[in-house]
Amino acid sequence: MKFFRVIKRYFRDAGKSVIRNFALSLASISCITITLIAVASSIVLSYNVEQMTKHVSSNISIVVFVDSEVDEVQLEQIKNNIQRLDNIDSITFKSKKEYAEETKDLDDRFSLIVDSWTDETNPLLDSYEVKVKDINLIKDTADKIKKIDNVKSVNFGEEYIESLITILGIIEKICIGSVIALILVTAFLIANTIKLAIFSRKNEIEIMRLVGASNMSIKVPFLIEGSFIGFLGSIIPIIVMVYGYNSFYNFLGGKLFSSSLGKLIEPYPFLLWSSGLLLLIGLLVGMFGSYRAVKKYLKI
Amino acid sequence: MDLIRITDVQKTYKTGTVALYDVDLTISKGEFVFIIGASGSGKSTLIKMLYREEKPDKGSIMIGGINVAKLKDRKVYILRRKLGVVFQDFKLLPRLTVYENVAFAMEVFGYDKKKIHHRVMEVLELVGLKGKVRQYPNQLSGGEQQRVVIARAIVNNPKLLICDEPTGNLDPDTSMGIMKVLDDINKMGTTIVMTTHNRDIVNTMKKRVVVLNEGKIIQDYERGKYYEVL
Repeated sequence: MKFFRVIKRYFRDAGKSVIRNFALSLASISCITITLIAVASSIVLSYNVEQMTKHVSSNISIVVFVDSEVDEVQLEQIKNNIQRLDNIDSITFKSKKEYAEETKDLDDRFSLIVDSWTDETNPLLDSYEVKVKDINLIKDTADKIKKIDNVKSVNFGEEYIESLITILGIIEKICIGSVIALILVTAFLIANTIKLAIFSRKNEIEIMRLVGASNMSIKVPFLIEGSFIGFLGSIIPIIVMVYGYNSFYNFLGGKLFSSSLGKLIEPYPFLLWSSGLLLLIGLLVGMFGSYRAVKKYLKI
Repeated sequence: MDLIRITDVQKTYKTGTVALYDVDLTISKGEFVFIIGASGSGKSTLIKMLYREEKPDKGSIMIGGINVAKLKDRKVYILRRKLGVVFQDFKLLPRLTVYENVAFAMEVFGYDKKKIHHRVMEVLELVGLKGKVRQYPNQLSGGEQQRVVIARAIVNNPKLLICDEPTGNLDPDTSMGIMKVLDDINKMGTTIVMTTHNRDIVNTMKKRVVVLNEGKIIQDYERGKYYEVL
């Protein structure tokens, strides 16, 4: 019981202090609100970007066309040589016959031409479809495959993929960088708020020390106060994110562009865990800010 | 039985001022001791060491089995729970009532409300302020404020009460009233160590008097009077 009374007292003191330094607490809460809205936007953006990158990556493969004169042994050799390279995820063979069939299906006019081909006269080439593990190294892998004997050409739409991946990477980095900067600024502001709270309670702290309050019981209310500010600051960003993303998702019908590449992440459970994450960031930033202030200004 | 045993204590401030030099002092349980001396004689430093606001450079200070000189900062609260401190400048919280100021010292430890109420009313009665529980410090006279401080200092039943010039800001009549309260507390078994400049108080109370001069104990009277030389 005594333990709970002490804990209750910690929370009461923390709440009182937030109210006592209301203007400053409000400034900190506003700052953390703005930060967390930026964090929420970054989470939404970077998570969607990541989803798109993954989507692009999983759909990108290197198509390796082999020389028309190769026999089955040479085909197998090419496959083995490709497999020996790093960064190879899977290899699928596609014969010129399959290409011919696919071409037929494209348009009725092609079927007449394709039907006239025999195995010998089929002008298309056998190929391997190679999927890579790391999409960033696709160009390097393609270059290595190109050097293998009897490989006629490789194709992976390099310019398009490279620029897309670079752009997505830059977006992600900017998001992470700005979030870290904002979090640091906020932690600093909270540290300042707690510093003033410590100064305004100087006499109280002195008396607490004199009557034998332990260091922990003096420090903990300030840590709770910081976390409390963080908690209050995370409420609006969570509401903004949940309602904002849901409306955005519904408005666009779940797609950013009309292609499958721009498919947005479904709101749930994404919004649940990202709301939890925002709350956690708010609490931790608040606690970290007040910890810094307590460590620096509460010399006991 | 000894409550306080100070052995070979020395303290020099960073400015080079020697505050205490080779101080040895023993105080038994239940004693009432005045520490007197001119300004700068080291009495404030000595008393601050008793509640570990200052640390000696050398020597040992044992209070109720705790070596105060070696007590780590984070363990100071263990000592402070065994003693109460009364200051010349009161140190009351202006936004709390008389009752709340006294109760504050108990709330810190998580006592239940009933127990707090019972004990706070008991000590407020002891210091003669039972009728002023709802007043704020600025509505009280200096003597009354000091009584609140005394009540706060003894509310947790300390073995030792340290008083640093408790009558320094009070007129002679009020001072004698405070001394009466302190004497009553002492009679209940609490050891009291008090610094003062007030000649009349020392002479009237006829308690043990320790005289400090330039950081050294120069006299220790069992039932002393204010040292005329000072």
